[in-house]
Amino acid sequence: MSRSSLISVECNENAQQRKQVSSAVVRFAGDSGDGMQLTGGQFTLSTATQQNNLLTFPDFPAEIRAPIGTTFGVSSFQINFGSREIRTAGDRLDCLVAMNPAALKVEIGKLKPGGVLIVDTGAFSERNYKRAGYKNNPLEGDSLNQFTVINLDISAATIAALKGHNLSKKESLRCKNLWALGLTYYLYGRDRDPTVKWLRQKFSGRNDLAAANIAVLHAGYKVADSSEFPTQFTTFQVGPADEMAAGVYRAVTGSDALAWGLSAGSHLADLKMIFASYPITPASPLLHSLASMEVDDIVTFQAEDEIAAICAAIGASYAGSLGVTSSSGPGISLKTEGLGLAVSAELPLIVVNSQRSGPSTGMPTKTEQSDLFQALFGRSSDSPVVVLAPFSPGDCFTIAIEAIRIAISYMTPVIILTDTFIANASEPWLIPDVNKLDPIEVKFCSTTEGFHPYRRGTERLDRPWVKPGTPGLEHRIGGLERDYDSGKISYEPDNHHKMTVTRYNKVKCVRDYIGPQTVTRGPQSGKVAVVGWGSTYGPISRAVDNLLQRGMDVSHIHLRNLWPLPKNLKQLLANYETVLVIEANLGQLLFLIKGYCLIDAKGFNKVSGQPFMISEVEEAIIDVYRF
Amino acid sequence: MDHSVLSAPLTAKDFASDEEVRWCPGCGDYAILKSMQKALVKIGARPETTVFVSGIGCASRFPYYMNTYGFHTIHGRAPAIATGAKLANPDLDIWVITGDGDGLSIGGNHLLHVLRRNIDLQVLLFNNEIYGLTKGQSSPTSRLGTRSPSTPNGSIESPVSPLIFALGSGANFVARAVDVSQVSLQVTLERAHAYKGAAFVEIFQNCIVYNDGVFNDFTERNLSSDRQIHVQHGQPLIYGKNKDIGLKLDHKTLCLESVKLGRGESKESDLIIHDERNRMLAVMLASMRPPDLPMALGVILCDPVDSISKAAPSNRRDSWTDDLNKLMRAGHTWTVGT
Ligand code: SF4
Repeated sequence: MSRSSLISVECNENAQQRKQVSSAVVRFAGDSGDGMQLTGGQFTLSTATQQNNLLTFPDFPAEIRAPIGTTFGVSSFQINFGSREIRTAGDRLDCLVAMNPAALKVEIGKLKPGGVLIVDTGAFSERNYKRAGYKNNPLEGDSLNQFTVINLDISAATIAALKGHNLSKKESLRCKNLWALGLTYYLYGRDRDPTVKWLRQKFSGRNDLAAANIAVLHAGYKVADSSEFPTQFTTFQVGPADEMAAGVYRAVTGSDALAWGLSAGSHLADLKMIFASYPITPASPLLHSLASMEVDDIVTFQAEDEIAAICAAIGASYAGSLGVTSSSGPGISLKTEGLGLAVSAELPLIVVNSQRSGPSTGMPTKTEQSDLFQALFGRSSDSPVVVLAPFSPGDCFTIAIEAIRIAISYMTPVIILTDTFIANASEPWLIPDVNKLDPIEVKFCSTTEGFHPYRRGTERLDRPWVKPGTPGLEHRIGGLERDYDSGKISYEPDNHHKMTVTRYNKVKCVRDYIGPQTVTRGPQSGKVAVVGWGSTYGPISRAVDNLLQRGMDVSHIHLRNLWPLPKNLKQLLANYETVLVIEANLGQLLFLIKGYCLIDAKGFNKVSGQPFMISEVEEAIIDVYRF
Repeated sequence: MDHSVLSAPLTAKDFASDEEVRWCPGCGDYAILKSMQKALVKIGARPETTVFVSGIGCASRFPYYMNTYGFHTIHGRAPAIATGAKLANPDLDIWVITGDGDGLSIGGNHLLHVLRRNIDLQVLLFNNEIYGLTKGQSSPTSRLGTRSPSTPNGSIESPVSPLIFALGSGANFVARAVDVSQVSLQVTLERAHAYKGAAFVEIFQNCIVYNDGVFNDFTERNLSSDRQIHVQHGQPLIYGKNKDIGLKLDHKTLCLESVKLGRGESKESDLIIHDERNRMLAVMLASMRPPDLPMALGVILCDPVDSISKAAPSNRRDSWTDDLNKLMRAGHTWTVGT
């Protein structure tokens, strides 16, 4: 280990030869109040503008400001970026920035042997490392010998860099994350300009703070770029991505893509959207994104509770707008009754579930895929709805539009099952041109002839959508059962059977819209098919690619349509000797595949609140492959 | 469509649907239905823009019997559904029909919020102090001692006062009426409709099957004039068969007291003049209970303030596609290839 002196700083950009790597995984970890999410966000921004492919994984506690220095208060941000296609946030870290002993303790297990560890020695006081659960200073023993450790007193360096800036010590120390950011920018050859611009904008009106933060960013960068910096540290070069389609890109989170997709969809349908929701982690960013749009045709409504949120959305659809509500698992539980009404009233409705770890309050900021059963079956009676799941942050845009198209053309609620990982993660996204997207046809009923509220279309079994305000079509609907032929209240036994079957069949008709399931990668038949849905797309697809390269006979089949299941699914899966279903729950899709496709599939399941690692997916596949 | 027919003056019959009414014979709901149909004619309402939204319970069957748009929803949630409908289309004229169980028990939270948000609609709470449709259990407005299948030894819970609840929720229009008092009910409905914002009306509704006569202590023919006061804005608070009883403020206790008018007794000038905009007075009037003080009926509070739906603009922005395209391209973007 060595410690660089921070006294003299000179620039020598070309002094070191950069090592070319095709991808790298960097994780910033510190206290909840250390600004790690911001630091990671800036690293992402700089990396995106350098045209790398990337995927990020913000991993933070539910507590807003947990007690300082505790392991449960550690907030981290991980980014995997590269010149090749990036599909996960990365298994193991190439570089870890640990701003305090607690961060070191929580994260060090993820660092690759030989990986770069940057620690702020200024934060390793006896009090701090004891609070993190270390008996002795972890920087002093030999426990970190297998890593390349860059020991720097970042706290002191930050204060030194801010001499003459007229900030208190406390204010100065708040900038230390930018010092660490500057250093990692140097290590990975990142451009500082986007962050400098961002800081100027963020602190516009507080030029002193902007100047201080920028000075600290440069200071961190320059220390690494100085003759004082130990030469044994490798610096890296990650070239621009080469597999990306031409066009204008941005980094997008699942939440933002969903917000834009919902807006685009309601616009394509020429409908006003009423988005009603109640604050809940991790779904609230969707409300914030939409609320900030300030367009008359997008109305956001923070309801008094989850029930009121879905009910307001139903009321909006009843009145001829597009009703949308959003929550996470526990909140969706409360919306169940409302969903039943929407099924019975046969109104278009979009319900977004950003799944989190449960049951009950569970781990609010951690990801999981365990609300699939809830989405499919979590209502009284036979009350089918359409269930879709995006596979990546960018896919949220596309799936939102699809959901709206289905909800309107089939007069049915549609659940979008996203998750914490997709909601918070960001990736480069080829920005679509809304003008070029297909309009969504909306046919409000206007003919009085032969009208009744449950008179169905022959093709999709959809009932007419009538806008209150239309003369001559006054009618009453509700949760009571209706006569198939007249639309009037009916308690007739045979009619109820017929209506139940019709509601089921109507949703089943959506199979014609979604088309057949395809094989995502790998051969059309063979030894092993790995089936996944939602955010497991990244690790499964990468693992399957790796194994295909090793000559194994393995395919990846990724489902975006969870109800109804694609018509050909059973047939498709029957082409493989073994079907392995990988999901972050205890086997919910597995249960569906066994039940609906009568295939004796196997499962690989993990419910740790963390995304799957590529390596564990590979191992799981190899395990079933052997037999 | 023949527009001359559409715009022809309507009659109460035009607002009656062809659905068979399923309330028990003699139920107070019939009288309310009649008054509503008449009130709509008086108001000049159009069936196509009028929407009745209800929850669950006897009262909530109301929309089926109106030849307008109607949505019979789920228990307690009508205010939330109506809010969504109003946000979607502010031009709709929305009436929320609820009961004491629907509105104050399972749906209490939604009622609170629709009132505080002042959404421009009318909430009619049919109060019969009992659960009818589930066969007679005590409700949140049942009085202490009410015997019912769920409280065989008499209810031991204090009842909630719908009007005090509404006032506490921030309602700016609060009124009260009796099911069979056709004229005053009709006028109250018209006033509620004219109010821009959330108008709350409690209607005492007799459930002939499970709680018959529960309001007799102030609705019986021989008692009503001495136990009811029909408040009128700008008029002194006078009631009684001979119009010789008035309401006065006792300055020491800050309570209302009922005083006899006449020579050697109180003068009309001693009485309180009803002021619909006075919230404190509204609370006092709404709290009165017979026999000591009369039951206050009519418009107790009407304080015009801006309603959400009135304030919300509804014009469409034509450039929205371009705006969205711009929004998605705001911040840092980069171009790959050409
Ligand atoms: S049970 Fe009571 S409230 Fe219900 S319809 Fe019969 S009389 Fe009316």
